Amino acid sequence: MKKTDIAIIGGGPAGLSAAISAASLGAKIVLIDDGLELGGQLIKQTHKFFGSEKQFAGIRGIEIARNMIEELKGLENVEIFKKATVTGYYEDNVITVVRGAKEDILEKIKAVRIIVAAGASENMLPFENNDLPGVYGAGAVQTLMNLYGVVPGKSILMIGAGNIGLIVSYQLLQAGIHVEAIVEALPRIGGYLVHASKIRRLGVPIYTTHTIKQVYGTEHIEKAVICEIDKNFKFIDGTEKELDVDTICLAVGLSPLSDLLWHAGCKMKYISELGGYVALRDDNLKTTKDNIYIAGDVAGIEEASSAMLEGNIAGLNAAVSLGCSCKDFQQQNNKLKSELSELRANPLSEKVKEGINKVLIKGKRG
Amino acid sequence: MRIKEHPILEFPKKEKVKFTLDGNEMEGNLGEPIAAALVAEGIEVLSRSIKYHRPRGFFCAIGKCSSCLMKVNGIPNVRTCVTELEEGMKIETQKGKGDFN
Repeated sequence: MKKTDIAIIGGGPAGLSAAISAASLGAKIVLIDDGLELGGQLIKQTHKFFGSEKQFAGIRGIEIARNMIEELKGLENVEIFKKATVTGYYEDNVITVVRGAKEDILEKIKAVRIIVAAGASENMLPFENNDLPGVYGAGAVQTLMNLYGVVPGKSILMIGAGNIGLIVSYQLLQAGIHVEAIVEALPRIGGYLVHASKIRRLGVPIYTTHTIKQVYGTEHIEKAVICEIDKNFKFIDGTEKELDVDTICLAVGLSPLSDLLWHAGCKMKYISELGGYVALRDDNLKTTKDNIYIAGDVAGIEEASSAMLEGNIAGLNAAVSLGCSCKDFQQQNNKLKSELSELRANPLSEKVKEGINKVLIKGKRG
Repeated sequence: MRIKEHPILEFPKKEKVKFTLDGNEMEGNLGEPIAAALVAEGIEVLSRSIKYHRPRGFFCAIGKCSSCLMKVNGIPNVRTCVTELEEGMKIETQKGKGDFN
């Protein structure tokens, strides 16, 4: 059985940052990712990041991922398993990994610490015929067009005007694909207005207090019906509009992929502000299990910038808890935490902060 | 269909490979996800649901939703959105739970 100091599950922004932080202190790392490429959602993000310079503002997600992967490749104490899926957690701190081109290798890894940075999956939305081909998650649309240069459809209806909905709409337009409209159930646009105005300038209408009612078609989408909704999210009769689209792109939120944390017996709580069930944690991202840390979307749906800082904090703390020496640990740890609160010091992060407060374990623990 | 021009991204020419879908010859890029190659070739239906045989297409792209489970080289339930395309692959639309026949 393979043995390591820290197993990191997930090679997106949080997992890569955790690996870099922990490895720089000398911890032996195994990083496991189930995608074809490392980098998680970062490798599809062609837009420049916002926020402070420390948090990569002005750099495109794809470049951030490339730099982090390069940095890790040069490190002897880091082993990377790509195309590998963690399928279980066992109480002696062993995880099972399925890997290999034919998914025919089952490997056991015993790790002293585990950092779960498994990310999130996209939410579905109930509407008639929502299972037809042509209904995509926004992340899937990004994968097709930004990673593989494949056109997902000819005419798109975007559901959701949060940052993901707005950014993916803009990316579709950049790729020369028609976006018919964006609908948003809430009375106002949830994402940054900069993105919204860019899209509006390009002639795409954004309908707030609207949602999708149904799509028509048998083998694929022929038409979509959108409808205005009232305060209780009920359809207002007579406000239906038919749109000539062949593709629906769902950007209606994400849910943490917390299966492994349940499996491990971490104390979990449903926090709607964080997107679903998340693990209780202290401010060093340690869960109720002393050997398990979390970082990124699995700890609460947020953004890549905060995921990277959480990764750094989890990586640093996991390594130091193993006995890796870090002369200015307190100073580094505090610096990362203050950068994180700086990043969250804006009105859009209020909900996230409320959510975190509900799962934060306060005070010193043994 | 594939994106021809893009203001930020470049899509360098990749090695082309031939494969079949239900016996029909198709072409894709070596190493891209099978499901992406199929979408590029205009294929929308990847599998059929178990009970009502409803069409299932590309949905999550991260191997989590089961919408793209197909038979690849005789093996059913392959997650084609996270499986790389290879020369000569025999892909089949999966009906229901899939079988080895």
